[in-house]
Amino acid sequence: MTGSHPATEAFLDLYRSLVRIRRFEERASELRLAGFIPGFLHPSIGQEAVAVGACAALGPGDVITSTHRGHGHMLARGADPRRMYAELFARQHGYNRAKGGSLHMIDTELGFLGANGIVGGGIPLATGAALQLKRSRSQAVAVSFFGDGATNEGAFHESLNLASLWSLPVVYVCENNLYGEFTRQDKHQTVKDVAVRADSYAMPGVVVDGNDVLAVRRAMEEAATRARSGQGPTLLEAKTYRHRGHYEGDMGAYRPHDEVSEWLARDPIALFGRRLIEEHGVTQDELELVASEVERELDEAASFAESSPHPLPEEALEDVYQDPYDGAALR
Amino acid sequence: MTTMTYAAAIREALAEELERDDEVFLLGEDIGESGGVFGVTKGLFERFGPDRVLDTPISEEALVGAGVGASLLGGRPVVEIMFSDFAALAMDMIANQAAKTHYMTGGRLTVPLTLRLVTGTAGATAAQHSQSLEAWFAHVPGLKCVAPSTPADAKGLLKSAIRDPDPVCFFEHKLLYNSKGDVDDPVEPLPFGRSRVPREGSDVTVVAYLKTVDEALAAADLLEPEGVSLEVLDPRTLVPFDRAALRASLEKTGRLVVAHEAPSRGGFGAEIAAIAAEECWEFLQGPIVRVCGANTPMPYAPELENAVIPDAARIADAARSLIETRVA
Repeated sequence: MTGSHPATEAFLDLYRSLVRIRRFEERASELRLAGFIPGFLHPSIGQEAVAVGACAALGPGDVITSTHRGHGHMLARGADPRRMYAELFARQHGYNRAKGGSLHMIDTELGFLGANGIVGGGIPLATGAALQLKRSRSQAVAVSFFGDGATNEGAFHESLNLASLWSLPVVYVCENNLYGEFTRQDKHQTVKDVAVRADSYAMPGVVVDGNDVLAVRRAMEEAATRARSGQGPTLLEAKTYRHRGHYEGDMGAYRPHDEVSEWLARDPIALFGRRLIEEHGVTQDELELVASEVERELDEAASFAESSPHPLPEEALEDVYQDPYDGAALR
Repeated sequence: MTTMTYAAAIREALAEELERDDEVFLLGEDIGESGGVFGVTKGLFERFGPDRVLDTPISEEALVGAGVGASLLGGRPVVEIMFSDFAALAMDMIANQAAKTHYMTGGRLTVPLTLRLVTGTAGATAAQHSQSLEAWFAHVPGLKCVAPSTPADAKGLLKSAIRDPDPVCFFEHKLLYNSKGDVDDPVEPLPFGRSRVPREGSDVTVVAYLKTVDEALAAADLLEPEGVSLEVLDPRTLVPFDRAALRASLEKTGRLVVAHEAPSRGGFGAEIAAIAAEECWEFLQGPIVRVCGANTPMPYAPELENAVIPDAARIADAARSLIETRVA
């Protein structure tokens, strides 16, 4: 890659981020089957371009709330795969000191305010974070990721109303993967485009191809610029698809075969790789080099996690409160 | 020392904390220009402006969520829930998000949020505007629960709640808003977990909080001519709970009545009774008696409401029955 054009380097960084998420989750699935990961996993495989495109438009100070399918958002934001695997392995060096697991992972330094175990739960939190950013006259924005299923929750509607009313610097990113858990979108809502729900709250509703990383980035840049300049929130709907079931272990049998193959043919990583080769003079070797570098990084991350100590039983009573009143609040 | 109402004491605590710390701000329905349905925040909007005193839509999940989200980035929001019954609409934000964030993140994030929950009956307010739901919140690890019965306690404890690094549920009883009491000037924040004994006695301990403290004190007056001496113990905070004070009082009296407005079944009184049974059994000379709300929704008719809520006469009856109990 030496001697590559800076623009090419930036493209390869996006590619690397896509591959890192894909492989992080594929390997997590294997590690779970091998007994290293005790809890749930909800892989975002197939949806990587939304996370990478959206996060590529963000800067330092911006904050994110995520979902139960949050590994991609966190990695795209720059999180350390070693501490992520350590958390999934339920070890002391995990991001949450083994208290959260996949559904609650955070990185406060990256402004990653957490995955969330409750569908739609992060939406009011991002709205509140945006309120605080506005109160502190920051130029930063809050971003909330959620799925199509979450847009039937009251939390979604209440939050969009509030953010619009107060012109909060927040971007609502709906990853419409066509399924709320096991239920197809047309069986859980009558709208085809979630983005039309923005009309009810007098904010822009934008539909973007969620499998096109550059299109997502462009749409996110516009929405973030709007938010930073005090013009308020945007609802951005990225159409995408999860290649796997709702969680590891769900075979996704409720999905028509041809639908799955149609979307597999539009794999966001393959699409972007082809584009880099065809339009930006990147070679197949360069892509393969990125992939092998990611593999080495994840080898190291998995070994780091495996060598991290298990938590001690007494740690279970820590962190319930920041001030437990000498333990009185725990009894 | 100034004499003021419970509502005024809460208002002063809010004003002084807004004055002290720019990160403190208020969120709630109709708390701004209109000063709140009970007038508690009256004048604060004019004094601190719309950036510090925020009127919200009728949107409990979003407004509590906005408080939680803002607190993650260093804000110190104080959210008013106009009637604590409406907290049901925000329970995900309270129980799943605010309460658990510090723990789930291994202590890396904190939620310094204060929830003001307007609680209890106000007279013929019926089943959706009268509940005493403190047990819901006390049951969720990660929340602290405060239940003051006097203006002085309300002011001192609200200051502590706002400065506390953890989410605090601050219960305010509607029928106390106009009650008056002496308040020090200035008021220092009162630490949690320290009870108060508004009346010392030697025969029976009555543990009560919020409005029921007044009923317990009235019961003590009723019993005094009969030669029965009640000690009234007001824990002031439920989480943390002052176990040492309960033990000290029972060592003296050996008899326990627990009284509150909430239904008895699964109420916080059951927790107090359990603490006494587990940790103070050697002092107990008789059964622990609960004088609590009936296990019904709150009825509308005043005479039905009176039948459901414990009063001084019922507390006095319970104390008499304990005095009469002889343990073999």
